Amino acid sequence: MASTKVLNRKVSFWQGLRYRGKQGMLTWIFHRLTGLGIVLFVGTHIVAAFFLQQFSDDLSIAITTVYESWQFQIVVYFCVLYHALHGARLALEDLFPGLLRFHKELIWMQWLLFIPLYGLPVFILIQTALSGGA
Amino acid sequence: MQSSRRIRPAMGTFEYGMWLFTRLSGLGMILLAAVNLATAFVMGGRTLLDLPATIRWMFFPNPNHVIDSNIPDVTVGWSNAFWQIFSTIIIFLAAAHGINGVRMVIEDFIERRQIVYALRGLFFVLWIGGMIVAIYVILAS
Repeated sequence: MASTKVLNRKVSFWQGLRYRGKQGMLTWIFHRLTGLGIVLFVGTHIVAAFFLQQFSDDLSIAITTVYESWQFQIVVYFCVLYHALHGARLALEDLFPGLLRFHKELIWMQWLLFIPLYGLPVFILIQTALSGGA
Repeated sequence: MQSSRRIRPAMGTFEYGMWLFTRLSGLGMILLAAVNLATAFVMGGRTLLDLPATIRWMFFPNPNHVIDSNIPDVTVGWSNAFWQIFSTIIIFLAAAHGINGVRMVIEDFIERRQIVYALRGLFFVLWIGGMIVAIYVILAS
């Protein structure tokens, strides 16, 4: 909408990708991409769960098999955890603007939380998958 | 700040309401996920659940999410009216948060008002329809 459009968006695709927003720009793009990914996954999941529950048809079983695979779980967990941590930082900064003084430090803290919270479960998922587990 | 979206919209408008709702529902969903994870461990999830089941339960406390685990009977503790109400609250927050997010992303790329309002109608239908299907799945599982 016009009221929120502050920036002139008449830039080329490659110009738009050029990295010039310091830490903020890439985190913002990732926040949008992971958010869209979650909506896509949850939407598909709800519809597939409905059809699985009611009809147990082949298509819903196939979709369920895809998102129960460990590779898919790694991607979904990345999307949800990244979106949650980035969103929590963003929401706290917006609701308590005093925190903006520590904006850069909070971005570092977000990654300090993300790396162990993502890395450890993914390590276990890969280890279980490679050792032949479910 | 880095993006135009982070500027708080004028107080009292629809955009302000959604701006505030997005932040509060996001923090709320993190809190609800923490409750899910804590109750799973209180009910013995550390030995009963494997890692994927724990994460599935953390995201959404549905008995189908933990049925493939060492829980002897999911109807004891893991499947009852409390979790059905809890799931409904989560799906309400998640659906509104998610659909509004898609609306905001798409409206950043659209200039014409008529298309914006038509898409808002479409998203409203998707939101209500998705919620009905999701609540049906919750109550039937």
